[in-house]
Amino acid sequence: MYDFDLQRPKDLDAAIAALADEGAQPLSGGQTLLPTMKARLAAPERLVSLMGIDALRQVRRDGDVVRIGGAATHGRIADALADLLPGLADLSARIGDPAVRTRGTIGGSVANNDPAACWPAGLLACDATIVTAGPDGTTEHAADAFFKGMFETALEPGHIVSEVQVPLGQAVRYEKMIQPASRFALTAVCVARRDGTVRVAVTGAGGDGVFRWTAAEDVLTDRFDAAALEDASVPAADALLSDIHGSGAYRADLVAVLTRRAVAALAKD
Amino acid sequence: MIDTTLVVNGTERTVPTEARTLLVDALREGMGLTGTHVGCDTSQCGACLVHLDGAPVKACTILARECEGAAITTIEGVADPDGTLSSVQQAFQDHHGLQCGFCTPGMIMAAIALLRDVPRPTEAQVRHYFEGNICRCTGYHNIVKAVMAASGQVVEPVGA
Ligand SMILES: Cc1cc2nc3c(=O)[nH]c(=O)nc-3n(C[C@H](O)[C@H](O)[C@H](O)COP(=O)(O)OP(=O)(O)OC[C@H]3O[C@@H](n4cnc5c(N)ncnc54)[C@H](O)[C@@H]3O)c2cc1C
Ligand code: FES
Ligand code: FES
Repeated sequence: MYDFDLQRPKDLDAAIAALADEGAQPLSGGQTLLPTMKARLAAPERLVSLMGIDALRQVRRDGDVVRIGGAATHGRIADALADLLPGLADLSARIGDPAVRTRGTIGGSVANNDPAACWPAGLLACDATIVTAGPDGTTEHAADAFFKGMFETALEPGHIVSEVQVPLGQAVRYEKMIQPASRFALTAVCVARRDGTVRVAVTGAGGDGVFRWTAAEDVLTDRFDAAALEDASVPAADALLSDIHGSGAYRADLVAVLTRRAVAALAKD
Repeated sequence: MIDTTLVVNGTERTVPTEARTLLVDALREGMGLTGTHVGCDTSQCGACLVHLDGAPVKACTILARECEGAAITTIEGVADPDGTLSSVQQAFQDHHGLQCGFCTPGMIMAAIALLRDVPRPTEAQVRHYFEGNICRCTGYHNIVKAVMAASGQVVEPVGA
């Protein structure tokens, strides 16, 4: 990879100032960015590491939400959510492998919005709020508005994902069919149920990145039972990703099967 | 180049680094610690796994300067100074947990990290933990056995 200038600020304001220059980019766990730079698919002039900013690395409960710092690692989140949101803790504990979870962060994952990533599905299903910070202060985005398409989000240049807020009091289940070479999701589904409302988010299948399977949400909100899914129309295969790992039809089938499994598991609890 | 100081296997070491210098290159090229291997350089294989302040990281996917002042443990720091193997290393030898040995430094470091968190793992826990460590020789069964044995559990001996 080409050389660059590395800044390691200790607080958020210094990070935002260091990101003001064109050619500057945030670095969190580097589990996506460093491989990309080695392949010379990115060549930033400056990297601003967020890993030295303690305030961004915490996970804490605040009333009826949990606030997850943008630079909190998958490993730390898995531990911190074990009692509060075990379904999301489980999602975090199955991202990549232990070494990826020591470094990789939730902020890096949502900023990148890989079409097969886990957090976008978890946060969309849980109706999370993504907080971004920039020179003019912070902005809150509903997950529905934040994830815009493949590798595309509402994040503006020079801004960072500073926090993710997840409402507590929901039952969550993530069902992931692993793509064995990359360890990412081939296809995965997250089902979240709160006050009788059900949200179903799908990753690794949408031609346009993570999406909600609203037909399933409707039938499940009426009757929370895996059998009810037979009445939900499955996403059209030709609108889904199709590659050497799986056709659109295969992925459509996975969406139905994984949703059924998630609902069956939640209905049992 | 600027100087970067790491505490490697308990000893403070200072090496010149560029911003882009990876931890694995600081260890191998900068300090001559070639026990940490580079199998893929694309974050997939785990041959470069070392401990950063006790937690497993892929040394090919972290900048050396991000580790300034941190404690790094590599395979060179695992055996006793007199060469006596650690219990995990000995279990790999006893249970044929290696053939060519290329993946082994990463496997040993992963095993130590697992056993610190989970002293008596189930076979399923071992296999899940090792998802990021690829071995092209052994077929994994004897690696899993070695880790189980190192945790003090009884495993079937391997015929020599
Ligand atoms: C072997 C392997 C397996 C993996 N398996 C999975 C998996 O199963 N599921 C999954 O979801 N992911 C997986 N990943 C990806 C992993 O989760 C990454 O950690 C994550 O996608 C990126 O997080 P990071 O902190 O490493 O970000 P980085 O690599 O540091 O950055 C990624 C991008 O986001 C930007 N960025 C980083 N932090 C912020 C921030 N706070 N605000 C704004 N922009 C930011 C960077 O500029 C860069 O463009 C895997 C990675 C590897 C290497
Ligand atoms: S060399 Fe680092 S993961 Fe393969
Ligand atoms: S022993 Fe040869 S790669 Fe594992």
